[in-house]
Amino acid sequence: MEIIHATGTSPGIAIGPAYRQEQRELDIGEARIAEGAVEAELAALERALEGVREELQALIACTAARVGAKEAEIFQAQMMLLDDPEFIPPVREKIKQEKMSAAAAIDAVVRELESLFACVEDEYIRARAADLKDVGVQIISQLQGGRQHKPRLEKPVIIFAHDLTPSETALFEPAMVLAFATAAGSRTSHTSIMARSLGIPAVVGAGAEMLEKVNAGDMVIVDGDEGLVILRPTPEVLDSYRRRQEMEQQRRERLAYYRTCPARTRDGHRIIVAGNMGCRGDLARLLEQGAEGIGLFRTEFLYMEQERLPSEEEQLAVYEEAVQKMKGQAVIIRTLDVGGDKEIPYLNLAPEQNPFLGYRAVRLYFERPEIYKPQLRALLRASRSGPLKIMFPMISSLEEARRGRAIVEEVKRELLEEGHRLAEPVEIGAMIEIPSAALIAEALAEEMDFFSIGTNDLVQYTLAVDRTNERVARLASHYHPAVLKLIDMTAKAAHAKGIPVGVCGEAAADSIFVPFLIGVGIDELSVAAGSVLLTKEVVGKCIKEDAAGLAAKLLHLQSADEVKKALTAYLQRESASE
Amino acid sequence: MAVTRETVITNKTGLHARPAAIFVQRANQFNSAIKIVCNGKEINAKSMIGVLSLGAGRGSRVTIQAEGEDAEAAAAELARVIEEELPEEDAKE
Repeated sequence: MEIIHATGTSPGIAIGPAYRQEQRELDIGEARIAEGAVEAELAALERALEGVREELQALIACTAARVGAKEAEIFQAQMMLLDDPEFIPPVREKIKQEKMSAAAAIDAVVRELESLFACVEDEYIRARAADLKDVGVQIISQLQGGRQHKPRLEKPVIIFAHDLTPSETALFEPAMVLAFATAAGSRTSHTSIMARSLGIPAVVGAGAEMLEKVNAGDMVIVDGDEGLVILRPTPEVLDSYRRRQEMEQQRRERLAYYRTCPARTRDGHRIIVAGNMGCRGDLARLLEQGAEGIGLFRTEFLYMEQERLPSEEEQLAVYEEAVQKMKGQAVIIRTLDVGGDKEIPYLNLAPEQNPFLGYRAVRLYFERPEIYKPQLRALLRASRSGPLKIMFPMISSLEEARRGRAIVEEVKRELLEEGHRLAEPVEIGAMIEIPSAALIAEALAEEMDFFSIGTNDLVQYTLAVDRTNERVARLASHYHPAVLKLIDMTAKAAHAKGIPVGVCGEAAADSIFVPFLIGVGIDELSVAAGSVLLTKEVVGKCIKEDAAGLAAKLLHLQSADEVKKALTAYLQRESASE
Repeated sequence: MAVTRETVITNKTGLHARPAAIFVQRANQFNSAIKIVCNGKEINAKSMIGVLSLGAGRGSRVTIQAEGEDAEAAAAELARVIEEELPEEDAKE
């Protein structure tokens, strides 16, 4: 047995046979070309560049779909390198002036540029240097007419390599990879990033000796939690790791159970655990995680994807898809919440001293028919497909709530006159995220069909804390007694009028906070896709009557610390008594 | 026309990572040839490779040299990016 200490960059445990990904030795071939061959060589280079562009384009699409848009940025950055004036133009010069072959010229320029970065001890620059090398290799393989060699894996393995380039990593079928162990690399190297997003353990920076010690087919353990690679483990070690792996597996299965079952408290009260949606890809993840509808559909992404306002038809297609796929579970769509920290360049909003307190959300929305008309028309038309609710952000007064409703009515009339058939009635609600809205919740409840408490902004506005300012961010706590009181007031006002009240925002996904929310009578929790299962499990641990008692007590505590302590103790007791 | 502007980098990460990418994108919007001189090195401002190789951190003094029809606008805009836009990026993180 051999234990190698390195850096765990993606958690989890993998046990399986080792697979060695050998470093590709580049064969440049003929380094010089004949005098008359320059034109042909330049043309070959252009064809190869075109080929690499196509491959990168495919990698971007496939990584975005399989892993995530953020991970696909690696290939976007590589694509940018192809246009860098310090990269390809010098290659062309070398072909023309020095009569080098395209492959040799690429190799030479990559080496020259690498030497520029060689002395820099910086992870980011190291990663860009690796990108450059990777792109160089891709161009050379294209020049030699070969697509990249795709490793053929017949059973799941643990990949051992010196370091993997993004394009190499992307060639592996995710289902066949149990873990990555690399001799080089860091937390920010793409192998680590991809591993984390695929949920595969990874250990990097294990040193070149690791590759000398491991043979293909050896039984190995990769412990991404502790940053260990264990080669040829003894039966005892193997056993203990198998047990750990089983426990982890059980935890996952326990959570998987909640995928198809509705969230209920232990005493049978129904709480809806819905999901938040902020980009196109979220819909699939929410469905996969068993979200019970969408509690907060942020529409900003539709406006940020392009350089102009999205048309009514474009929006209709997106809203309809969400409503149809949620199969009868409610979809709450928030109208455009622009301003504050969310910028949309083509709306030409003047910069402000205090954007969070400025011209944002409904304050500008209601004044711009060219913005609200297409969106409200699309929303009302999409309501034919299922239960769609419209939510206005940043409501701070009764007038705004009434104005919102009046505008919806006006748009509805227009649609009916044009002969559209609409679902009746479409519920209209307010996001409660400004303290004034919580304080007049009783009056607002007369005007609105539902509430959703946006805790992130509510905390920020109640405590006068800018969450993005790191010097005060720690003061932003949803455990603050003032925030508790506002949530409680909102819930009471909603129930007095018989309208439902949800919570979206980080507090809804905070396991220890959920009992308080259930205790004050919150009907729906809307959380990110990754938190749906865990939140359903926490709901299942609560007893509504007990939670109500707890909430009543919490409302009398004096500090965020005391609140947090009491909540922690409660959840520990509940877990123990199960 | 050739224009030269001097400025100092004040954002946290310097001309690096995302700030470097923003800077290079802006530089590419101009037709002028644009160079940056810093720490005794001179590089093409339109090249991510070049900008990263500068290693221009916070407090570095940089000279922007633009040459071409829109040199004036280019130098002014890139100085503005360094002085205002990049420090604002810090606040977003």
